[in-house]
Amino acid sequence: MTTTTQKKHPGWQKLKLIGVPFLFLLLACVTPPAAAVETALQKASFMPLWSPQAQFAGYYVALDKGIFARHGIDLKILKAGPGHSPAQALQNGTADFAVLWLTTALQRRSDGTKLVNLAQIIQKSSMMLISRKSSNIKTVADMNGRKVGMWGGDLSIPPRALFAERGIKVHEVLQTHTVNLFLRGGIDVTSAMWYNEYHTILNSGIDPEELNVVSLNEQGMNFPEDGIYALERTIHKNPALARAFVAASLEGWRYAFAHPEEALDIVIRYMREAQVPANRIHQKWMLDRMRDLIMSGALRETPGILRKKDYEAVGRRMLKASLIRSYPDYTVFSWRSDAGEK
Amino acid sequence: MPGKNSIAIKLVLVITLCSALIFAATLGYNYYRSRVILVQELEKNARNLAMALVYRVETELVAVARVTEGMARSLENGRFSEQELLSLIRTTVEKNPEIYGSGVAFEPYVFSAASRLYAPYYYREKGKIAFSRLEKSYQYVPYLYWDWYQIPRELGKLEWSEPYFDEGAGNILMSTCSVPFYREAGGKRQLQGVVTADISLDSLTELVSSVKVLKTGYATLLSRNGMVLAHPLKNAVMNETSFSMAEAQHDPAMRKLGQKMIRGESGFILHKNLMGVRSWIYYAPVRSTGWTLAVVFPETELLENVRRLSMTMAAMGFVSILLLIAAVVYIASTITKPLRLLALATDEIASGNFDVDLPPVRSKDEVGMLAHDFQVMKENLKEYIKNLTETTAAKERIQSELKMATDIQASLLPRLFPAFPDRPEFDIYASMDPAKEVGGDFYDFFFIDDTHLCFLIADVSGKGVPAALYMMVAKTLLKSEGQRLGEPDQILSCVNKILASDNDSCMFATVFCAILNTETGDIRFANAGHNPPLIMDAQGIRYLKPKPGFVLGPMPDTIFETERLALNPGDTLFLYTDGVTEAENEEQKLYGEPELKNALHRAPRKDLADLIHFIRREVTRHANGTPQSDDVTMVAIKYRGAAAQ
Repeated sequence: MTTTTQKKHPGWQKLKLIGVPFLFLLLACVTPPAAAVETALQKASFMPLWSPQAQFAGYYVALDKGIFARHGIDLKILKAGPGHSPAQALQNGTADFAVLWLTTALQRRSDGTKLVNLAQIIQKSSMMLISRKSSNIKTVADMNGRKVGMWGGDLSIPPRALFAERGIKVHEVLQTHTVNLFLRGGIDVTSAMWYNEYHTILNSGIDPEELNVVSLNEQGMNFPEDGIYALERTIHKNPALARAFVAASLEGWRYAFAHPEEALDIVIRYMREAQVPANRIHQKWMLDRMRDLIMSGALRETPGILRKKDYEAVGRRMLKASLIRSYPDYTVFSWRSDAGEK
Repeated sequence: MPGKNSIAIKLVLVITLCSALIFAATLGYNYYRSRVILVQELEKNARNLAMALVYRVETELVAVARVTEGMARSLENGRFSEQELLSLIRTTVEKNPEIYGSGVAFEPYVFSAASRLYAPYYYREKGKIAFSRLEKSYQYVPYLYWDWYQIPRELGKLEWSEPYFDEGAGNILMSTCSVPFYREAGGKRQLQGVVTADISLDSLTELVSSVKVLKTGYATLLSRNGMVLAHPLKNAVMNETSFSMAEAQHDPAMRKLGQKMIRGESGFILHKNLMGVRSWIYYAPVRSTGWTLAVVFPETELLENVRRLSMTMAAMGFVSILLLIAAVVYIASTITKPLRLLALATDEIASGNFDVDLPPVRSKDEVGMLAHDFQVMKENLKEYIKNLTETTAAKERIQSELKMATDIQASLLPRLFPAFPDRPEFDIYASMDPAKEVGGDFYDFFFIDDTHLCFLIADVSGKGVPAALYMMVAKTLLKSEGQRLGEPDQILSCVNKILASDNDSCMFATVFCAILNTETGDIRFANAGHNPPLIMDAQGIRYLKPKPGFVLGPMPDTIFETERLALNPGDTLFLYTDGVTEAENEEQKLYGEPELKNALHRAPRKDLADLIHFIRREVTRHANGTPQSDDVTMVAIKYRGAAAQ
């Protein structure tokens, strides 16, 4: 399982070259001519933030149920997970679309990669800082000088911003994707996602009553997380494709929430294909939390919108914490598919 | 056919029901106790099995930990060249078959100032010892951030890692024993790196999985996070924890059990296993890694033998009850059959046939005794009925004789009225109702000569046949002596003399004897202890006051006195015996002399028969149904006067 996208990529390109005429030929033979117009699917590639799990159920369901195809997209979901950076994939053109956190996108934008937000899927921060009650850390201030587990890379931006804002110096320990370092007592505080690591900790035998949970969202750090991003030039080249991708993704999410068991079946199948341990009850928790995060608040009717207020609050905070040098204007950064071509 | 009330049916019902109940209770208790004993035995066995397994696993783990610790101490105490270090690691893997791979991972720039990371690693691959450099093997995450490095580094002590798939280096499922090692520098302990030794999880789980428990029971291994490491349910291995299973099955008790396990407790409980089968589970900790080993015995399988035994016992019990029913039916029939025959025979006897044969009963039990007593009773009854018949016949004969005596006695008294139709000077009427068939009272009247009518009333002591016989003698004597002597006192004296001379039975009689001169209306009379008669004349109705005199019979020399009374035409003399005045009602109140006198006032006077019948009715009314105890005798005589001629 050491195959990388880099290795796969050339093969994929070759397939693209011979695939299109072949596919056209095949469909021309099988389907009546009237449908032939619709069969001219546009190829697109997409990289989620992590290996297959219910956090991306909407995309896998949309792919599996032919929703992308219905929107004229022949989508390829790229392998993600350890060693794969979706921001990097966008930058070097491996992926047309990717899921990124707003903070990541702003940082990359500040570094010169012209990323554009196509849709904001998760409207608020689901990140938590969890400690055991026995370590007596009740507030963010209590974390001063304690060992705090932080993920590497972009995922450490929100807690860093929080600590900077509160003027707290913590002893940072790099944590990976297991919670064992925290469970064994190697660190006092661990970073955790509500929909993922929090549940893993509970299902390692720790009761919620034994934990102190500091939710970033409740600390006023409302950093919208998963959003769909693309390079500015990709959108300019084919705005219709971008629009279709967003529409299909949102439809996929709606379908997943309407048919949770089927969505779980699909996600778990992709997980098995990717040889990732697939614990159904954990994926169910994750899908349920995604519903809470995506379908919450005033945006329940129209998910996918990045609110200007949220955007600017994040921009200001990151600027203040010296995590970025500048952030672009909202209208430049946020591309609204329903607002027409920008 | 016997009905539902028959003894046989009752016996069968009651005995079957009772024995079925007793049997069911015994069986239930037996099942319960067997189960308890079995479970106690099981706990012992399960503990032994689990402890043996734990021991085997632990032995391996402890050995590996000791080797790792030894390496760390060597590295702390000596300076090793790269060659020496590699040789040390390689030898460790070679010499310890339980170690899958071993390595030494250094802190940045510790091994060499020239390169940041350095981590040589030897491991087994296809039976040979292979070598790799961990700083190169791990593609995405440097070894510094792997659990096996990071956790002992942060904790500063030996740690067994949570089992993981070592992608990039060992490429198997393993658990790593890691020991940090230090060096003193400037009085401070400085971390140099981490020594590791890996064990293949497969070889451990094979050991656990190879344990056969009954048919479908098994041994299972859980990690410190409750992760399933060895389990027949392959999908659960390295994917489910006991807590995720508890959440999926909505089973909070399973979560509690999982927490006990990861806390390192041991115990024996009955609970659904991960596949939802109720099982007895014995769990014990593997101390060095914090894992839990559990032995699972499915309850149904465990109790199969007890259940089978119980089923066999139930079948035997059923057959026994059937046999019991047959026995009860047999015994009941030996009792009820003679009883039924006896009942039939009794019906015959009840209808009067004493000659019916009773069924022969040979047994000497209660039924035999009953049949024998019945036989005796039947014979006694027969004898009694025979005697009764004879006695009744005798009584009937005596009764008919008494009837004849009554007729004879009645025929002795003058009963034809008017008695002297050719004598208009007087009227006479009399009646006598005996209390028994024959009475002791009598009356009589007869002419001594043409103008003298002798009339008398008498009462013999006692009643019945003796009184009647005595009365016969007295009456005959009074009549014959009356006709011969013609004077009342002489008649009584003479009769008294005769009666007293041969009076062995000491009987006596009271007599009122009078002689009426039909021409003058004079009456001469003598009284021998009899009730005073009543006179009804112009002055009214009153009792005569005769000299009382002594009764006839007891003493031979009694003297009687003649008294006189003159009747005017129209006067009536009324004689009676004590049967009138001493008639009793139910309150034992006597009719009495005043009442008799009153009754005479009311009585019709014209006809003497009417008068006597009126008084008789009054007496009967007074008695009001009380049986008559004495003869009731009355005589009335009315003088009409000579002129009436």
